[in-house]
Amino acid sequence: MYTTDLRTAEEKAKAAALEKLNAKPVQPSDATFQARIDQDEFIEAKDEMPEAYRKTLTRQISQHAHSEIVGMLPEGNWVKRAPSLRRKLILLAKIQDEAGHGLYLYSAAETLGTSRGDMVDALHSGRAKYSTIFNYPTTTWADIGAVGWLVDGAAIVNQIPLCRTSYGPYARAMVRVCKEESFHQRQGFEIMASLAEGTPDQKRMAQDALNRWWWPSIMMFGPADEASTNSEQSMAWKIKRFSNDELRQRFIDQTVPQAEAIGLTIPDPDLKWNKERQSYDFGELNWDEFWAVVRGDGVCNRDRIEARREAYDEGAWVREAAEAYATKQRHVAVAAE
Amino acid sequence: MFTRATEYGVTDNALFEYALGLGDTALVLGQRMAEWLGKAPSMELDIAASNFSLDLVGQAQLFLEYAGEVEGEGRSDDDLSFLRDAMFFRNLLIVEQPNRDWGVTMVRHFLVSSFLVLQYEALASSKDERLAGIAAKALKEMQYHRRFSREWVVRLACGTDEGMKRITRGFDTLWRFTGEMFELADFEANLVNGGIAVDVRSLEAPWTTAVDDLLAECGIEKPTALQMITGRYLGHHTEHLGHILCDMQYMQRAYPGAKW
Repeated sequence: MYTTDLRTAEEKAKAAALEKLNAKPVQPSDATFQARIDQDEFIEAKDEMPEAYRKTLTRQISQHAHSEIVGMLPEGNWVKRAPSLRRKLILLAKIQDEAGHGLYLYSAAETLGTSRGDMVDALHSGRAKYSTIFNYPTTTWADIGAVGWLVDGAAIVNQIPLCRTSYGPYARAMVRVCKEESFHQRQGFEIMASLAEGTPDQKRMAQDALNRWWWPSIMMFGPADEASTNSEQSMAWKIKRFSNDELRQRFIDQTVPQAEAIGLTIPDPDLKWNKERQSYDFGELNWDEFWAVVRGDGVCNRDRIEARREAYDEGAWVREAAEAYATKQRHVAVAAE
Repeated sequence: MFTRATEYGVTDNALFEYALGLGDTALVLGQRMAEWLGKAPSMELDIAASNFSLDLVGQAQLFLEYAGEVEGEGRSDDDLSFLRDAMFFRNLLIVEQPNRDWGVTMVRHFLVSSFLVLQYEALASSKDERLAGIAAKALKEMQYHRRFSREWVVRLACGTDEGMKRITRGFDTLWRFTGEMFELADFEANLVNGGIAVDVRSLEAPWTTAVDDLLAECGIEKPTALQMITGRYLGHHTEHLGHILCDMQYMQRAYPGAKW
């Protein structure tokens, strides 16, 4: 997911060692803090909070922001080539929403004491992660449908509970983000639906996109619960309210009937309705691939970061000129006083 | 019911060409602004560029939809956008010029939006109610584009030497395409006489004043051009338009007849 802990085992160990080294004596507010959480109070920016809570949230929210910003690239890949004016307008508006979400989330993360500049630096230098899903290529127009339907669909399943996450600024950002995401999901599904009832070429394009995006989409929810080390503390702090596996199951259960409704086939031979559980059973996920993509070996990892860096570097003179101009204006204003 | 131009003694074809010109200019500029998506100097500017693109493609949709109706051969806004070759495009050549960098893009946007504001202002009182309606809506959008791009030209030119260099380059490279904005085609004369179209020649003076004012504020010498480059109504474009169309029309060309 946009927010799943994507640090590799080594990175987590390193961070834990550092934390131990820098650990302050037990913070007296810890018990009080947990009590507030247990009473479902929102924690606000100026409230006392354990350092680890602050760090976990900063990582999660900034990773979420990075995902929105990097996520603009695979979809932006099709803006110039959108097949109708209406589709072009919808896609433009959607990507613009994502830029807005990114800004919104960076602001939420800034309330925890890290500047947007530092967070962007972390992304460009590879220290920060973003959702693995955006390291897959959008090679056909149907991918724009699949991304909206599956990727945004998965994001909604993950983010609706985040509207009640314990950190107030994050929860409030999520309320707004979720509203827009559900429009994104619908437009993606609508693209897929019209392809599925189109010419044989269009239908093939839609099925091919589903084949490529299905597994990466359900992997977005992160490692299986037994392999997810960070979840327990996040659950106790109510940053996270449902486990990776619970959310994954929820997404699969709601998406399979949608695929059936438009006549597309989920590419999982083990997918079967389980009457007893009232849920779908599904096949093994390829976690080796997941971690390979996290580590940088996806088709597009290098392209994505390179594109962000290039945009940032090529825009440096613009930001410098704007800054210099603002300074000059301030001087003029001061001199006039 | 809206007032049709034919009631004013001009041919449907002239009005068709005229509406195409308005639509194509908005469409091509919108496509150019969309190229900034994910690449702008900051996230805020990314959002601004996509806003501009949304406005312009939206305007294009309205003008081209109307052009299709006027033509009366069943062509939709999409047919006109995606299934015409470059020689049938009627956009101003300046809007097909490459983005280059944020400075050149802002100069282009100022030069064009200053013109479009004047044109839409006048067109809003056209006797063709349909054109008047679209222009009135688009006018509000373009006033913001003009203000935004003007502010950025000043900010960059007066900010640093590098900014000044790039803004100056923008004016120098684009100046030769500005003359076309004020060129009245033969077929347009009838539309002007009928109170349908805008006499663009009358817009040159107020446009020049606005541009001179900006150049003076930035301390940039007014560019000169030995020859203004024109050709849109002959279907004579610069090399850039063909490439824009390659991207824009790719899907409709690759899958003829498919619905999206």
